[in-house]
This record gives sequence, structure tokens and C-alpha cells, in this order.
Amino acid sequence: MFKKIIQKARIKSPWLLHFDCGSCNGCDIEVLACLTPLYDIERFGIINVGNPMHADIFLVTGTVNQRNKKVLLNLYDQMPQPKVVVAIGSCALSGGIFREAYNVLGGIDKVLPVDVYVPGCPAKPEAIIDGVVMALENFIRKKDEEKTHA
Amino acid sequence: MINSLVMVIAGLAAGPALGGVISGLDRILTARLQARIGPPVWQPYFDVLKLFGKEKMVVNVWQAFCAYCYVAASSIALVLFFLQSDLLLILFVQAVGALFLVIGAFSSTSPFSQIGAHRELLQILSYEPLLVLVTVGIYLETGSFKIQAVYGGDAPLLLKLPFLFVVLGYALTIKLRKSPFDLSTCHHAHQELVKGLLTDFSGPFLALTEIGHWYEVVLLLGLCSLFWATSWGGMIIIVVITYLLEVLIDNVSARMNWRWMLGYVWSMGLALSMVNLVWLYAR
Repeated sequence: MFKKIIQKARIKSPWLLHFDCGSCNGCDIEVLACLTPLYDIERFGIINVGNPMHADIFLVTGTVNQRNKKVLLNLYDQMPQPKVVVAIGSCALSGGIFREAYNVLGGIDKVLPVDVYVPGCPAKPEAIIDGVVMALENFIRKKDEEKTHA
Repeated sequence: MINSLVMVIAGLAAGPALGGVISGLDRILTARLQARIGPPVWQPYFDVLKLFGKEKMVVNVWQAFCAYCYVAASSIALVLFFLQSDLLLILFVQAVGALFLVIGAFSSTSPFSQIGAHRELLQILSYEPLLVLVTVGIYLETGSFKIQAVYGGDAPLLLKLPFLFVVLGYALTIKLRKSPFDLSTCHHAHQELVKGLLTDFSGPFLALTEIGHWYEVVLLLGLCSLFWATSWGGMIIIVVITYLLEVLIDNVSARMNWRWMLGYVWSMGLALSMVNLVWLYAR
């Protein structure tokens, strides 16, 4: 029963960490738009924290390149379990128009295990919120997977 | 004996029960002031429960030890308040808790944590003398440092100590981590250093610091209620008005630096308490 309460609390209180991994800032502005009075994601207990050690959901925008993949991995490693990763925008999904650039590795799934992909250039705030909701469902699924392994 | 046992349990329960609801109401009010709807009242409980369910990550053992000591000291301070103990003892126990939080932040090498800890020390330096002066005022009026003596009085303290209540308001704003005194860590992105002091606390230990903070909030609001201790209605009204003013000040004030905080709080706080104390003494 205690586990169920924790699980409910997890879904009710997802704290986001947003990392701009070399994005053009289009997607970043849309991420921040979710916090404004128009969308007000704090209604659902979502807080944008600037600290990986406090975060549950990792929002990444932009492409990965040789330089920032270490930063991206470092931030991911600092987040305590359970955690989910949401890739936002075309660049984070596949590298977008920068795919062919000599220093670009591609989408962030080249470096991290991505749970939810949110397409768009830039992704709409509604789509981002939808992606976060899907990520919350992942929390439950991850729990079930742990059970099947155990 | 049974009575004091009931009071101990009430004190231990009041922190999480009242503190969580107060912080939930605070978040709703703040959201409404910013033209948002805000989270449900129970949001702080969801946050804390979720944090307890997260993986334990500590920088070193001292950090975990300090988080436990902070909760222990702040809960003991609130229990002493419920037992109507000595005001000075309560303040010193509460100060021990505040210092353990600073030591916990100092035990990590993260620069954010270090800056936060330094700023928290400056905040403690700002509000501790004021809290002691408030208790001195209460002593001059009631003839005792015991809270029992305050409840025994026949006129509200606010009429005798109006300036000291304002001084307590300064200490309250710093302790509640409200703008413009939220230098070391704050609830919102009001500062360039949002979670300075708490940067390296994560998961269950962050939850412990949050619960410790609830105990402190309830203790300080309890100190406010002493200023109208002659009736239950008066106590509730004075606490509600004070807290609403705190939320308003939090949302209308800009961020400030520590020099301004120390200079302003000490000059205004010491001047106001001197005026009040001299008036009490000369009367």
C-alpha cells in the first residue's frame, strides 16, 4: 500500500530538469511557455527545477555533439532513480537539419535512453505537456517492469 | 504527565500537519497573485512522499547526518513550544537545527551549496539577534521567559510590543525564505541562486529538510500567535493576517543582496526594538 501511495505521489509531483543541448532556443521558449499563466503546469504539481539532483523528468532540446554529450550524460547520471527522459523537437529526436553536420552525433538517443519523443520544430507547448504526461505513464510501466524482473 | 505526553504528540504532529497545509495554501495564493491557478493544497505532501520514494544519493555521510539533526532539532523546538517551555531554550534549539542545515550544505564541495551556506549564515546573523530581542521584550512585559506567563497575561502583548511584532515580522520573512530575504534558497525562481543551500540534498534527505522547514514555520507562526494570546480567535486572526502579508511581500518585492539585508534588517530591527524596549522600561 505504501508503494501505491509513493507511486501516486510520483505522478502528482514530477519535477522537470530542462537542458538546452545545443538547440536554436525555439523549443526552449516553448518549454518555458508551459510555465506561464496560459498553460500553468504547476496546476499538476510540475516544477521546473534547475538542479539534476532534485529532478524526476529530464527534458532535452537540441542536437548532441561531441562537446556536450559529456555534459548531457553527467546531468543524467546526477538524477536519482526513478527518472525518465523526454526528447523535445526535431533536433533532439534525430539531429534535425543539423544531422549532417560534422560534429553532430544525431538525436539524444545516441547518448541516453529516451522514453518519450515529442516531435515538432519547434514542439508546441501542448505537445510538450502531452509528452510529460506520457512520461508519467512511463513511471508506472517502469515500476511494472521492475516487478517482472524481480 | 498524561497532559504533557499529549502535548509532545501534538507538537510532533503539528509540524507536518499544519506546515504542509500552510505551504500548500501559500503556493495557491502565490499562483493566484501571479494570475495562475496553482497546485492543489495537498501538493507539498505529494512532493515529500515522492522524494521519500526516490533513490538515496548522498555526497557524504555528514550530509545525511545533518539532515536528520535538522529535523530533530526543529521538531524538538516545536515540542518545547507546545510544552509551554522557556522561550530562550526554544530559540537556541531552533538555532542548532538551522546551523546543522548550514553544516550539511558546507559538507559538499559544490560551489552553489557553499555560496548558499555562506548566505544562510548571514541570514542567521541577521535574524537571531532580533528573535532574542523579541523574547527580551516579552520578558520585560510578563516578567518571565516562560510561555506559560504569556498565556497568563490579561492584555494582548501586541498592544505593549507593537514595534517588536514588526521586528518579529522581519525574522519571520527571513525564516520563511520569502523575498526579499530568500538569498540562500527559495521556493521560486526569485533569486539567481534558486536552491543554493539545498543543492546537494536530494531524494529522502531533501524531504527531511522540507519537513524540518515545516516545523520551523509552525514554530515561528506560533511565536506570532503569542502576541494575541488572550483569545483563540485573536491568535488565529493575527497568524492569518501575518501570513497573508508575508505572501504579499514575497510577491511584490525584488531580490536584494546580503549587504542590503544585513544593513536594513539590523538598522530597522535594532532601532524598532530599542524604541519599544526603552518605552517598556521607562513606562
